[in-house]
Amino acid sequence: MPTLSDTLARAARLRDLFEAEGAMVVDPPVLQPAVTLLDLYGEDIRARAYVTSDALRGEQMLRPDFTVPVVQMHMKGGAEPARYTYAGEVFRRQENDPDRANEYIQVGYEVFDRTDPAAADAEVFALIAGTLKGLPVRAVTGDIGVLMAAVQGLQTTQARKRALMRHIWRPRRFRNLLERFAGRAPVPATRSALLAGQAQTDAPLIGLRSAREIEARIAALQEDAAAPPIAAGQVDLIEALLDVRETMPYALSRLHDLAVDMPQIADAVAGVTAREAALQARGVDTDALVFEASFGRATMEYYDGFVFGFRAEARADLPAIASGGRYDAMTQALGQGSAIPAVGGVMRPGLMLELEGQA
Amino acid sequence: MTIKLGVPSKGRLMEKTFEWFGARGITLLRTGSDREYAGAVEGIDGVSLVLLSAGEIPRELAAGRLHLGVTGTDLVREKLALWDQTVEPMAELGFGHADLILAVPRAWIDVDTLDDLDAAAASFRAAHGFRMRIATKYHRLVRDFLKSGGVADYALVDSQGATEGTVANETAEAIADITSSGETLRANHLKVLSDGLILNSQATLWRSRKAPMTDQERVTLKELTDRLL
Repeated sequence: MPTLSDTLARAARLRDLFEAEGAMVVDPPVLQPAVTLLDLYGEDIRARAYVTSDALRGEQMLRPDFTVPVVQMHMKGGAEPARYTYAGEVFRRQENDPDRANEYIQVGYEVFDRTDPAAADAEVFALIAGTLKGLPVRAVTGDIGVLMAAVQGLQTTQARKRALMRHIWRPRRFRNLLERFAGRAPVPATRSALLAGQAQTDAPLIGLRSAREIEARIAALQEDAAAPPIAAGQVDLIEALLDVRETMPYALSRLHDLAVDMPQIADAVAGVTAREAALQARGVDTDALVFEASFGRATMEYYDGFVFGFRAEARADLPAIASGGRYDAMTQALGQGSAIPAVGGVMRPGLMLELEGQA
Repeated sequence: MTIKLGVPSKGRLMEKTFEWFGARGITLLRTGSDREYAGAVEGIDGVSLVLLSAGEIPRELAAGRLHLGVTGTDLVREKLALWDQTVEPMAELGFGHADLILAVPRAWIDVDTLDDLDAAAASFRAAHGFRMRIATKYHRLVRDFLKSGGVADYALVDSQGATEGTVANETAEAIADITSSGETLRANHLKVLSDGLILNSQATLWRSRKAPMTDQERVTLKELTDRLL
């Protein structure tokens, strides 16, 4: 295992490298207000981050990542375009795997730039790939924006699309919803009774959820029951899209084929093509680069476009050595009315040293 | 040195545990005054009784300060990460039955499953500007359960007692708590979701996988478990 001082030295070198690329060095505080992170990620973050508190400031979290504070800082009046780099500890609660570190050094690079998203994606990926040169790692890329476009283009009600969009990052729940909206899942008896107007209660209404809200939900369910199921062909297309897992040239040809039947994804696929060109311009061998349409969906992160990860080839036990992606929606959520396209990535110098030690 | 057996220090759980051991020829008893938490074991040598709160027994087993302990499945699963690597269930004792369940107001005729709860939570957040609150003291178990059920837009609020009252008091919209008969739920106008059973719990005899033992203690533990099981 590398020592902490070796890891810190490597982290400083990586940060210097990004600084030389024009990034501004930032140093957000370790303690972050819990309310921001809870708003963004929901209750799941409590299983991943350490929470502490005091009587004055209330609940705070030991930063589980740098992205949120960096975005907040930028949205409060950063220059535009902007590039940032940082290095420091992050803290992740581990409740199921004693071998996973709960505190480690992370180095990151974040780009806020409206001009050319494909170029910004390629810039982040290529710089990080450069720092990993020579290490036995394998890159996987994906694009959550393609799946989102496919969902938005479904021929069905807005309510169903909203429900599916809300669960893009929960693959199992997403699949269950899709099955239900396609009329392939059995309707629970209680739901049938409710729709038939047979559900009654003599119980008094308690709590904050009002009678109006209950009525509105019943009306929404009735509307949904009256709407035709999503056509089987459309569900198959979404599933075919999620199965795409090839090197970039083959993946793109699959995506172009799918776009013939799903014209709604054409723009997003054009974005993948533009990114391929931008990656090539940065010297990335895209012929060997893997593209997985469902990559990045199971992470808690807020990625909604390009996603990537680097994993150690012979060490499936190790977490990703580096990872990142595009998070335009997060800048909107934290921007209080404003938004800016943003993409970034993080590296773990400790794991890089560990892999070098084995080589 | 002796085998240390941890038993809940008061109430029905203690009495029932004493009965269960008594039926197997091992007499557990409290010694000293009514108020003194001291106890003794008769019918076998080399075993000592430790009386403590049922909620602390998982921690003491995990730390290896108890060799055996009687407490509920709910407390072990909530308090110990990787519980099955830390303790081993030896016997279910057939009492202290309690289910950890998720309940909502009975007046919510549109909510019967986790799927409904998730949809209701989404519109609740849109209407009220904050996440639907679920009151509980079983944070880990409830969070894992809701995560695997794909429920989003909720927040857990801590409630260490009178949890069924939180909805009427408008400090929560739903609850997750232990129930034995369901009467308290009904009295508080709540119903259990049809797929809202989080855990079946009952009083269980656990063996610590972490407690160090001498050869003599190993022999004692074997003799004790042979007679109990």
